[in-house]
Amino acid sequence: MELEYQFLLPLIIISVSSVAAVAFDAIWKNKNLNFSFSIFALLATLIAAAYTLTASNEAIDAIKAMALSDLISKHQIHFGGYSAYFDILFCLAGLLTIVAAKPFIKREYEEYNEFYSLILFSICGMMLISHSSSLLVLFIGIELMSIPFYVLAGFFRKSIFSVEASLKYFFLGAFATGFLLYGMAMLYGATGTLDIKEIGIIISQGEAIPIYLTLGIGLMLVGLSFKAAAFPFHQWAPDVYSGSPTVVSAFFATAGKAAAIVGFVIIAKEIIQFDVKSFQIADTARTAQLIIAFISAATMLIGNLTALVQKNVKRMLAYSSVAHAGYLLMGIVASNELGYTGIIFYISAYMFMQMGAFVIVSVFERNGNEKMSFDDYSGLYKSHPILSALMSIFMLSLAGIPPFAGFFGKYYLFLAAIKADFLWLTIVAVISSIISMYYYIGLILQMYFKEQTHGRLKSKVGMAKYTLLITAAAVIIFGIFPSLIVDLTYNFF
Amino acid sequence: MLETIQMEYYLILSAVLFTIGTIGVLTRRNAIIIFMSLELMLNAVNLSLVAFSSYYGDSAGQIFVFFIMALAAAEAAVGLAIILSLFRLKKTVYVDEVNIFKW
Repeated sequence: MELEYQFLLPLIIISVSSVAAVAFDAIWKNKNLNFSFSIFALLATLIAAAYTLTASNEAIDAIKAMALSDLISKHQIHFGGYSAYFDILFCLAGLLTIVAAKPFIKREYEEYNEFYSLILFSICGMMLISHSSSLLVLFIGIELMSIPFYVLAGFFRKSIFSVEASLKYFFLGAFATGFLLYGMAMLYGATGTLDIKEIGIIISQGEAIPIYLTLGIGLMLVGLSFKAAAFPFHQWAPDVYSGSPTVVSAFFATAGKAAAIVGFVIIAKEIIQFDVKSFQIADTARTAQLIIAFISAATMLIGNLTALVQKNVKRMLAYSSVAHAGYLLMGIVASNELGYTGIIFYISAYMFMQMGAFVIVSVFERNGNEKMSFDDYSGLYKSHPILSALMSIFMLSLAGIPPFAGFFGKYYLFLAAIKADFLWLTIVAVISSIISMYYYIGLILQMYFKEQTHGRLKSKVGMAKYTLLITAAAVIIFGIFPSLIVDLTYNFF
Repeated sequence: MLETIQMEYYLILSAVLFTIGTIGVLTRRNAIIIFMSLELMLNAVNLSLVAFSSYYGDSAGQIFVFFIMALAAAEAAVGLAIILSLFRLKKTVYVDEVNIFKW
């Protein structure tokens, strides 16, 4: 019993503290207090999660042995391994966002304490997703993540851009939730249980009712593609990301997308079972794999091609985040060890590089939606050498150029797809990476080799410099020593 | 009486409700009506979960329904607040009148 509480500790800390943050706000109207409390809570969660990640093998074996009978959370919560790793990643993303957000929302709008508690709530939801071992927990996690997201998107409630982004996110997000839930109901109908592992076992024994199973898998694919912003349900993402406050978009595009992909992996691995060959649903699984492969290919092509014609840096980053969802789905299509490790590595690398790029946009942004076009960035190198160097690092990493982290992420994913006999998917991925070079490198050229036309941009970095330094350092370190993550996360899924 | 109705009929009713909800979301332009259609979709799901639950004699599906109801309430609170803040800014609840970005 004690052991279970140790493993539950990250979830307990984050849920208690996100409620406590609201209570503190009601009692003491102190802005710095709530800020420091959120930082403290996220650090505490991070330490607890790191403890469960590094727990001794006996402890992990013991909790796994108890998992089927003695635990309060049996059939509901998965412990250790990838769950703990993603807890750490989500907490880091939250910390980086909060630190970068404080100066930004103070400058652009009024600072409200709700911001910090909303971030904590959504991180709680993401952690539930990564811990889920039952459809119920997965659903609660997705909703607990999404509902604060709708509010965060509309956080600048006097700006029409922000409110419209929020409205659009809310309608399409809730629509996707409907499909996801209907899919879950159908899976429950096909197998009679909510436990994801048990569903997998029943399917592999061929005892599931085929029509409900096919419907369930199809509807869940629709819902999850919506949440991960994959083609053909990606159209909300650029609008929401470019309308929301920039640091919030950074949080959506990194942590939110990572959580959606983790949910996708958990479902795909247990329920779709591509490697099954011998019985009734082999055809369904094969078709589902092909469909995901097409989604992946179309997502990266469409994302990169539309990013190509954007004139606004924030919107360009939004489309590039759509394209990156396509690369991540390649790992799910491959569904081998290398693919899953590639997903974990690429999510980690992507989180830092995309976060850094969005935060740099937020540093230059003024009055909600100004000072973020490509023209504004021309000649930036002369007035802000350090910021443009950092931006170049993020751009090169997003484009997948060694020695930055993005390169190895793409390398593992492409290799995994080739090993799984999806050569055509790899070729599409390589072509779309080449397309993406054009606009990533284009921004660098704009900053370094164009004359200033619109006058100097003003920057106010403030505390965002910590975020920028940490993200840039992570991008470089993971790029030079990819084995740091790969060795740790091998065999996690 | 209830036992005499087969499970398939519940599922067909649920599918019909879900389709009505989906069509409502896709065709209506009034934010409040879109919102009602979303609730209809969630309730259609509740119906099929309860039907499956009683078919298998397993309570997990009914427990799931309680969670869905609670989260639908939370979603309603947030959604109505968003629609309200849109109305304060633009004096309209028609979503096609607010396309700064294209829908």
